Parts: sequence; C-alpha cells; structure tokens
Amino acid sequence: MSTPTPPLPRWADLILLPIINLFAAFFICGLIVLAIGENPIEALGVMIKGAFVYSGGLGYTLFYTTNYVFTGLAVALAFHCKMFNIGGEGQALIGGLGAALASFSLGVYLPAPLAIPLAVLGAFIAGGIWGVIPGYLQAKRGSHIVITTIMFNFLAASLMVYLLAGPMLEAGQQSPQTAKLAESTLLPKMADMLRPLGFDITSSPLNASFLIALGAMAVFYVLVWHTRLGFNIRSVGQNQEAAHYAGINVARTIIITMAISGGFAGLLATNEILGFNHKVVLNFTAGYGFTGIAVALMGRNHPIGIFLAALLFGALTQGGGELDFEFQSITREMVLLIQGMIILFSGALAYMFNPPLARMIAKFVAPKDPANG
Amino acid sequence: MADFLYQLLLSLDATLRIATPLMLCAMAGIFSERSGIVDISLEGKLLSGAFVAATIAALTGSAWLGLGCAMLAGIFMSLIHGFACITHRGDQVVSGVAINILASGLTIVLGIALFKRGGQTPSLPREDRFTPIEWWGVDMMDSVPVLGTIYRQLISGHNMLVYVALLAVPLTALILYRSRFGLRLRAVGEVPEAVDSAGISVTWLRYRALIVGGALCGIAGAYLSIAQGGNFVREMSAGKGYIALAAVIFGNWKPLSAFMACLMFGFLEAATTRLEGVALPLIGEVPTQLMLAMPYVLTVLLLAGFIGKPRPPAAIGRPYHK
Repeated sequence: MSTPTPPLPRWADLILLPIINLFAAFFICGLIVLAIGENPIEALGVMIKGAFVYSGGLGYTLFYTTNYVFTGLAVALAFHCKMFNIGGEGQALIGGLGAALASFSLGVYLPAPLAIPLAVLGAFIAGGIWGVIPGYLQAKRGSHIVITTIMFNFLAASLMVYLLAGPMLEAGQQSPQTAKLAESTLLPKMADMLRPLGFDITSSPLNASFLIALGAMAVFYVLVWHTRLGFNIRSVGQNQEAAHYAGINVARTIIITMAISGGFAGLLATNEILGFNHKVVLNFTAGYGFTGIAVALMGRNHPIGIFLAALLFGALTQGGGELDFEFQSITREMVLLIQGMIILFSGALAYMFNPPLARMIAKFVAPKDPANG
Repeated sequence: MADFLYQLLLSLDATLRIATPLMLCAMAGIFSERSGIVDISLEGKLLSGAFVAATIAALTGSAWLGLGCAMLAGIFMSLIHGFACITHRGDQVVSGVAINILASGLTIVLGIALFKRGGQTPSLPREDRFTPIEWWGVDMMDSVPVLGTIYRQLISGHNMLVYVALLAVPLTALILYRSRFGLRLRAVGEVPEAVDSAGISVTWLRYRALIVGGALCGIAGAYLSIAQGGNFVREMSAGKGYIALAAVIFGNWKPLSAFMACLMFGFLEAATTRLEGVALPLIGEVPTQLMLAMPYVLTVLLLAGFIGKPRPPAAIGRPYHK
C-alpha cells in the first residue's frame, strides 16, 4: 500500500473489471461443482442451452430478466442517493397487493386500455409506499435505512400471509392466494401480441411488462441524468453536506428517492402478477429483490448495465432450471450460489482486483500526460 | 390459577428454547457490531452452522464433532466477511447479503450432493444429538409445591446448548466490559483512529471480533439442527439471524439488554403458538402474523426514536483507512 496505485482507465473499469469479477465468481462455483463430482463446463453448457437455445428458453430468460430489471433499477436509484435499499423484496410484495387492489376495485368496471395502466400504477404506488416509509424514517428520524428496509421485508411478508390466508383468500381455497384478477387488468403475452404482426414466436410467460421494464429504464435514465430531481439525488449521494449547502433539501430528496425506488420494485408485480400468475400468491418475489442488489452492482447503476446484468441473471435463473433435468446432483439452487459469489466478487470484493489490474495496465499503457507519469 | 401458572411456565420454557439461537446470534452480533462491522450475515452463518453440524453428526455419529465443525463453519463465513470488508474495505452490507445468499445456496447444493434428499440431511438417532439433561434431584424437588415444577420444567431438562447460550450472555458482558480485549474492541468500534495510534492493530482486533461471532453463530446453528431438531432442512434459520440482529439493536448493542430483547421476542413467538385461535378478553383474537411481526415492528419503532434512543457504535459500517 506504500506506492499509490494508478487510476484504472475507464474502459477497464467498465468492461474488464466486471468480466474479471464475473470470471472469478464462476471459477469458484466451477470448483464447487467439480468437488461435487460433476463437470462444470458441461453444467455451464446445459445452462446456456436452457437459457437461449431451447424453444421458448429465450422467452423465459427475458421473463426473468424483466423482474431483475425492475429490482435492479430500484436498488440503483437508491444507490445514486447513497441509500442502500435492501427492501426490494418487501416493496415488490406490497406492489402485488397494490396491483390486486386496483384490479379488484376498478378493473372490473373499466376496459383494458384504462384498467391496465391503473393496475400498473397501483403496483408502483404500493411499492412506493413501502419504500417511502423507511425513506422518511431515515431522513427525518435518523433510523438506518438498511435495518429498516430489512424489517419492512419481514413486515410485508407477515402482512401478505395474513391477507392471503385471511381477508383476501379466495373462497374455497386451501392454499393462500387471491381469486383471479379482473380480466381487463391482465397483461397480454408477448407471443400473442407479436402474432398479428407476423412474428410467430414460441409461447412463454414473457408478457407486455417487458415493455414496461424497457420504459422504466428510459425513465430512470432521464430522471437521473437529465432532470433537476436527478441532479439533486446524485448531489445528495455524492456529498450530503455540500448538497445541503447548495440549497438542496436533503431530507426531501431522500424521501422522494425511496418512494420512486420502492415504486420500481413494486413494478415487479406487473410481470409476476399481472402478466403471469394472474392472482396474488405467496412468495412470488422469490428473492428477486435481493438479487436486484447484484444487478445494480454489476450494472454500475446505469440502465444499460442493469439490463445486461439482468439478462445475465435471467439466463442463470432459466438455465439453472435445466440443471434439474440434466444432472443427478446439481440443481437450480446452484444459481443461488452463483448469485452469492457474484455479489461477493463484484460487490463486496470490488476493490480486490482493482489495484493489481491498474498496475498491470499502467505497465503496458504508456501514460499520455507526462505530468501524471 | 394453578392451571394458568402451569401454562405460563410452559410458555416460559418454550421461550427459552426459542430464544437460545437468538441469544447466541445476538451475542455474535454484539461482538461484530461493537467492533465497527455491520453484521447482517448472522443469518447466513447460522444457516451454515446448522448444515455443517447436521452433516458432520450424520457422517461421523458424533454430536460433539458436529458442534465443533459448525463453529468452524461459522468462523469460515466470518473470515469471508472479514476478508471482504476489513482487508479489502468492501461494503459491509453488500458482503453480508452475499454471505446470506451464498449460505442459502451452498447448504442446499452440498446437501443434495451429499445425501440426495432434496437438501435435507438424514434424521439423527437420539444418541447422536444433544439431548435434554435432567438436573440432579428433580424427582426429589417434585414434592416441593411450586418450586418443584419450576425446577423440573424451566431450569432442568434443557439440552446443553441452552445452558451454553445462557452462559454466553454474562461471558460476553464480562469480556466486553471487564477485559483488555473488550475495552479495545469497544474503542475500535467508536474511534478506530485512537486504537491505531495506540499501536494496536485495528484489522486484527476486528478479525478477532468476527471470529468470536462466527463461532457463536456456529453453536446456534448446531442448536437448531442437532439439539432442538434432529436434522437439517433447507432455509432452516428462517430469519432468526435477522431477529437476533433486531435484538442487538433493540438492546442498544448491550449484552444484557439484547438478552432481554431475545427473551421478549422468544416469548412473543411462544405466546403466539399458545394463543392461536384463542379469543382474548377485550381484544378478541389476535392475528398470528401480527404477533410474529412484533419484533420487527418494535425494532422499527425503536430505531425511529419512538421508544428510547438508539446509540449505535460511532464507527459502525465505516471501513478503516490508515
């Protein structure tokens, strides 16, 4: 540590370093597969085939990608404000509640063009509420956002168990779930939307919320880099004191950030509930909220990066399912392991490969500016 | 009345059993957090401990070996946490999330590979587990009215790890407030610069705090899978690590207060199972979920400053730069 390490060039920081971290994560997982007595290369091949090659595989991959885009955006927006939102899981659950309430109350009376936006809005607002409370408590009462959002995950889970097994339980049902949502609030399948246009793709759960996810990415980009609010968010994230001194209302910015962040997570319900399950079931969030952290970290909090990372995790989720069929002793839970490793390497150990890599590159690339050399 | 007392006694007995892993994890959390390291990975360490304990006990037939290896597993997870956020100054929350997900995946993957039972480990015969210990003179005490029952139900008849957990609390307090290591540990969580300028290694101190915490979580895991239960099932920790973290915060990062919080959370859960479907006077039937969610509600209220004032260690979450 005695010699200062040269800064990493931008291209290496954005492309090379994530690839190295990814490789390290896969390498360790490969060793574990090897220790179990299976062939890691073969396993990877099965996963890639399952995610992209098999008929309908790509549709499933993009379906999961949609989930990860929403939760990734949620975590990333909070990151821009230097908030750590690990409450994506709970916000998405409550998003499902919001979508269901909008569907049951208004969806019945309205035609699809009006009902769908309302149900989507319901998911956004409900998720937003579950994000804004921790935001408020952080900004005004000084409670640490990490702990509060963890607690809110559990509170959301308790609330949903209570509602789904009690007041919202479908009559005559044993397992906790609601009745089917109003027909007019369900999102059309992508395969059905494309068929009239002359594209005949294999049917899969992929639905119109994929387009909502693309829209959310665009909104995210404009919001963060081209609006006054986005400037405020980034300023508060960079330096709270300086932002305050510049006249930015820090508390208000934090609260709004968490509201929108929670809203993004809530949108996960459009894919899982409005687009796929068509009713609210328990645990439909299935850890997407947590993986959103990995997606945001890998995607460097930028929508393009987030999409690529979401695609990676979508492919892992879909391809991981194939492992169940092809192998005796490795199953889809292998994906959890890979996710954990990726969060470890590209998040917690983000700085490990940085200095040696920077030194290596500095050796090969002559410094352009003699003053820096 | 006698019946009510007996019911209360059974609830307290259940409280103790539920609170045992919470106490151990909470003490682990106190060691780590008082040294300045956020520890949301209690959950993952607990889960790893439970898996390794059950696996080793099933393979070797020795509960003691299971316990020892569970402690090593907890320590190993702690070392990953330390490597990421002490050595490489990574984000402590991110590292914690990574460890929790890793533990969740690794226990299932290895469990399936080893035993081919969908992630469960085989059921252990009684002699390979930590079984309840009957204290001396239980039968003799039975003749004494109230005390005899208390002695039999509440004090005697738990497995060894319950008593270990009960011992861990005063020991943690003693180490934290009455030893040189404890003094330095508290200092490193408040003003690491001062500890450093006194010529004491911040890195090594924090590593030691994490190692102690990892061992404690390992014991808690062993309690779940080879003492209270007889095998490992996937996601066995079921959020207990997070409740323990809530107890640490609720107890204001102090061992005795955190212990009380664990007992309170344990009692809430014990009461929930007893009150299920029972209508209380005035209130009516309390939803189970509300009772189970109370630890989280209370922690949120506490953190927001509505119940007392939380005082976390000053340097918590901040990597130390020399």
